[in-house]
Amino acid sequence: MEINDYIQIFLFLFLLIALTPVLGSFMAKVLNGERNILSPIFGKPESFIYKVIGVDVNQSMNWRKYAVSLLVFNLAGFLFLLLVLVTQKWLPLNPQHMGNMNWHTALNTSVSFVTNTNWQSYAGETGLSYFSQMTGLTVQNFLSAATGIAVLIALIRGIIGKTTDKLGNFWVDITRSTLYILLPLSIVLAVLLAGQGVIQNFDNYTEVTTLQGDTQIIPQGPAASQIATKQLGTNGGGFFNTNSAHPFENPTPFSNFLQVLSILLIPAALTYTYGKMVKSQKQGWAVFSAMFVLFAIGLFVSLYSEFHQSELWHNISYMEGKETRFGITNSVLWSTTTTVASNGSVNAMHDSLTPLSGMIAMINMMLGEVIYGGAGAGLYGIVIFIILTVFIAGLMVGRTPEYLGKKIEAFEVRMALIAILSPSVVILLFSAIACTIPSGLSSLNNGGPHGLSEILYAFTSAAGNNGSAFGGLNASTVFYNLMIALGMLIGRFGVIIPVLAIAGSLAQKKITPISQGTFKTDNALFVGLLISVIIIVGGLTFFPALSLGPIVDHILMQNGILF
Amino acid sequence: MKSQNKSFLDKKILVEAIKTSFVKLNPNLLIKNPVIFIVAIGALLTTIIVLKGIIDNTFSSFNSQITIWLWITVLFANFSEAIAEGRGKAQAESLKTNRSQTKARILKGGQEEIVAAENLKKDDIVICDAGDIIPSDGEVIEGIATVDESAITGESAPVIRESGGDRNAVTGGTKVLSDRIVIKITSDAGNTFIDRMIALVEGAKRQKTPNEIALTILLSGLSIIFLLAVVTLPAFFGYSLQASGLPQSGNLSLPVLIALLVCLIPTTIGGLLSAIGISGMDRLMKRNVIATSGRAIEAAGDVDVLLLDKTGTITLGNRMATDFIPADGVSSEEIADAAQLSSLSDETPEGRSVVILAKDKFNIRGRVLTNMDAEFIPFTAQTRMSGVDITISGKVQKIRKGSVDAIRSFILNNNGFFPECVEEKANELAGQGATPLIVARDNKVLGIIHLKDIVKGGIKERFSQLRKMGIKTVMITGDNPLTAAAIAAEAGVDDFLAEAKPEDKLRKIREEQANGRLVGMIGDGTNDAPALAQSDVGIAMSSGTQAAREAGNMVDLDSNPTKLIEVVEVGKQLLMTRGALTTFSIANDVAKYFAIIPAIAVTLYAGISGKGALSALNIMGLSSPESAILSAIIFNALIIVFLIPLALKGVKYRAESPSRSLLRNLCIYGLGGIVTPFIGIKLIDMLLQIF
Repeated sequence: MEINDYIQIFLFLFLLIALTPVLGSFMAKVLNGERNILSPIFGKPESFIYKVIGVDVNQSMNWRKYAVSLLVFNLAGFLFLLLVLVTQKWLPLNPQHMGNMNWHTALNTSVSFVTNTNWQSYAGETGLSYFSQMTGLTVQNFLSAATGIAVLIALIRGIIGKTTDKLGNFWVDITRSTLYILLPLSIVLAVLLAGQGVIQNFDNYTEVTTLQGDTQIIPQGPAASQIATKQLGTNGGGFFNTNSAHPFENPTPFSNFLQVLSILLIPAALTYTYGKMVKSQKQGWAVFSAMFVLFAIGLFVSLYSEFHQSELWHNISYMEGKETRFGITNSVLWSTTTTVASNGSVNAMHDSLTPLSGMIAMINMMLGEVIYGGAGAGLYGIVIFIILTVFIAGLMVGRTPEYLGKKIEAFEVRMALIAILSPSVVILLFSAIACTIPSGLSSLNNGGPHGLSEILYAFTSAAGNNGSAFGGLNASTVFYNLMIALGMLIGRFGVIIPVLAIAGSLAQKKITPISQGTFKTDNALFVGLLISVIIIVGGLTFFPALSLGPIVDHILMQNGILF
Repeated sequence: MKSQNKSFLDKKILVEAIKTSFVKLNPNLLIKNPVIFIVAIGALLTTIIVLKGIIDNTFSSFNSQITIWLWITVLFANFSEAIAEGRGKAQAESLKTNRSQTKARILKGGQEEIVAAENLKKDDIVICDAGDIIPSDGEVIEGIATVDESAITGESAPVIRESGGDRNAVTGGTKVLSDRIVIKITSDAGNTFIDRMIALVEGAKRQKTPNEIALTILLSGLSIIFLLAVVTLPAFFGYSLQASGLPQSGNLSLPVLIALLVCLIPTTIGGLLSAIGISGMDRLMKRNVIATSGRAIEAAGDVDVLLLDKTGTITLGNRMATDFIPADGVSSEEIADAAQLSSLSDETPEGRSVVILAKDKFNIRGRVLTNMDAEFIPFTAQTRMSGVDITISGKVQKIRKGSVDAIRSFILNNNGFFPECVEEKANELAGQGATPLIVARDNKVLGIIHLKDIVKGGIKERFSQLRKMGIKTVMITGDNPLTAAAIAAEAGVDDFLAEAKPEDKLRKIREEQANGRLVGMIGDGTNDAPALAQSDVGIAMSSGTQAAREAGNMVDLDSNPTKLIEVVEVGKQLLMTRGALTTFSIANDVAKYFAIIPAIAVTLYAGISGKGALSALNIMGLSSPESAILSAIIFNALIIVFLIPLALKGVKYRAESPSRSLLRNLCIYGLGGIVTPFIGIKLIDMLLQIF
């Protein structure tokens, strides 16, 4: 690594920390329905939306109603997107005359974008019309992120609620998240990216003659507007097939920096929002710190394994498949960031990472996408781990465990386990099925442990609603499209529903005031404990599978064998 | 039932427990413990495989060894529960012997009738004379008697039981020492206090507590996660075999998979969980406290606020005279003399303390009063003073002692005057929490008797311990706020409730609960019953009324109010032990992975050396794959037995901040839990090599 690499990483980490309170306090105001700097602009449209959809702002919902509203909303989004994809041939804004998408790819894609996963088993430039990209995918990029934020807000209301069953109004939460947070940030980022050269047009694809005299077709389209939300809303679905490795999607080092930073922007800032809403900034920072440490460990191990060249390999740099314009550091920074944040956009092929940094990418997702994680989703995910940590550790101080004054009892533990179990079932069971049947194995590109990693990665990415691909696996088959779609649904709603149930249960409890005997959840000891629980629970679950995939891959590479 | 130190190795209990371990293999009993139930199913499956092997002539000694150790794991878990129950039963035995064949003299229509105690019903009236065993729980409705309650309290000093008031409750199995009492039975046979105690201690009526249920859910959830990790392993393994060019016949066998599963699921805490719960009850019992449910003990660990009666708990029962302060122009002897005279017939503890102080300080002794024609004036609520009228040389002297206000009006009525300096001094004393008692003769104020509440020795330290535990103490007293504040400061309680009436206690408890706090309280009187029932942890004194005992969820047989502190400690210890062993159990898995994964993957991706690539993970250097798996599963079984003493004794509790205890327990059970199995498995592996 060179000095330039260090500067980039430190600048990235510095801005991540510095922007957290700024955006965090703004989001707290928005989500609490307080007046904020954008109220003069969006106040009127906001009330207009409520009038149109007939929502009473003050009508608060219990957890069941909140969950039903959320499911209905997501189902409607799914059906609309599915309809657009299978009928795009006859719809406007289709200069390249793209055909209709086949049913299983359309199903997979619709689930993928509704669940904030953005797993893509299609290639944007050869499969989708501008209309599908804009009204279908970009709209879901906003709404799926807003859904995650809404669940988080409901959970926070459950934590701070005092013997109530009200968690707020889903329609209001989703409107505010979209209108005040995602939309303005996306506009700013889109303009900045367009300034760097990311394209934004409705042109036909350009046909050019290359220097060798061949003809090449260069795709066009409204990319900047979609890329902004793809990064900010932890979606990750690229406009083009190669995602942010495509020069029209990510043209300059500055656009690269902006994009990688905006992946973590909202998830990190939400920890501050969390602190603000539970009325203890220290609690927010404690969560931030746990995420930060886990992120830093992953980044360090990945960078180390990429730069620590083996003599066996004549000290070469592992450049194959990396982002050659911006270097290995930026590839690894991106691969770590995109996997911790359940984003899934890439600027390098994860298949080409060293086995260890590929494993880190996988572990980041296996741990439940809680290291910053998806917009809203990462934070409500880590609260699940906090509940487990508090339960085990709280016992060790001799009290019925409590978190922020709420007692953690059988119901919360049961729901927390369901939330942890749901993605694990997808990762292990679905991968095991794919490993044993021909339609699973025939999609493999590489053999040996690396092939196992490819399968494991695909279902891990689906379960964590990440959406990045290891590469090398042909996922555009009926088997993978359906299995991954199912995996994404379980990984998303198998967590959201228990989280809302926990919110509902916590809201009904009394708040035990803080005393000397209270087990502290805002100090370094707790942060360390939380990190250990995340690593141990995640690690113990996946260690056998990982040892047969990336770990053995790594050992073999050290012995000079590659796959 | 004085605390009997049944040692862990008591032979009788041990033999009984071993027998019971086998009885508990009954699936109906096993299923109550999901983790151990999984082990039992695994053991059953491997047994079938071994038996099939014998028939097919493919007998594998490795498989049969795994089978044996799996069954041993189940038996060890059963044994831990059995031994905890056995110790409880031993405690209960001593209670049972007291009830042997008691006869009751029942009163029916004025006729006495002899019936067996077990045929008594609620509301029967029975008679007990000196020497009789009281046949069942009841209330004294007539008479007064001394009763030997050592059978339940272990306290040999007899107690007084009388009709009416707060000392009317008698307990079945105790013995009347003197006099005759008529008792109304308050509970049906089989449902008396002692019956319930026996049932609880024996564990027969034991229900899982809320925290135990939550923990069982956690353990089941973890087991499901590990089950998932193990059942998917053959698929990944099969893929890897194919990738290494090996035949699928080399895939993992069922016994190996079961061994891996059993090593990973939290069998340590799963096996010891009920033993921890039972022994919590047992430990309370050793402190002579009976809890009516395990839930109550758990709640005790959570108590945020303790309500304590001042009298008897914080102070030594009654106020005592500590000083005579003469008014100007009066000698100390003079006031002491008058004070003593006025108190001679005063049978209240305060009155007696005045007489004692006069004797101690000025050697004024009892004297003949007949020649003085003394007429004692008892204390009444109207006059609020007491005293004596004596005649000396034909002249009547009126000596009075009482509160400032009462004496002032007495003096003014006699055309006297109340000196300002006495009033100032009296106010000063009141401000210090003392009770100034003014002594006057006719129209002259002689001075002040300094009556003081004596705070129990060591109580301040206990309260500061409680504060460290995060528990707020509230003193309840009928005193005025000024006095209460001074005593509160001296005793070091956090808060007080002055001029408290029973309904004030109830209100205070509700108020604290509304704020989300858990309230513990100790009470004895009938008027405490509502507050005891309302509080989350209500400890009734054994000496208290039946109503109070029914209302509380624990009974303190020693009737020692500071016991609440120990109860809180036992409650905390219970939760800590569960947390510590859960942490230990989960931390153990790290080492087991490092033993088993390299062992099972020994053939995969083998290089030129013939050793599988994953052998690099065999950091313990275990000798062979079979030995590695066996060592892990043997360690897993043995650790249950090694930890039984800890489960029964409980993790040591210290009054300190939660962060400190967490840190300490994490180091011992978290780090210890990671390191111990590495050492243990390696040692077992080395031993296996010898044989």
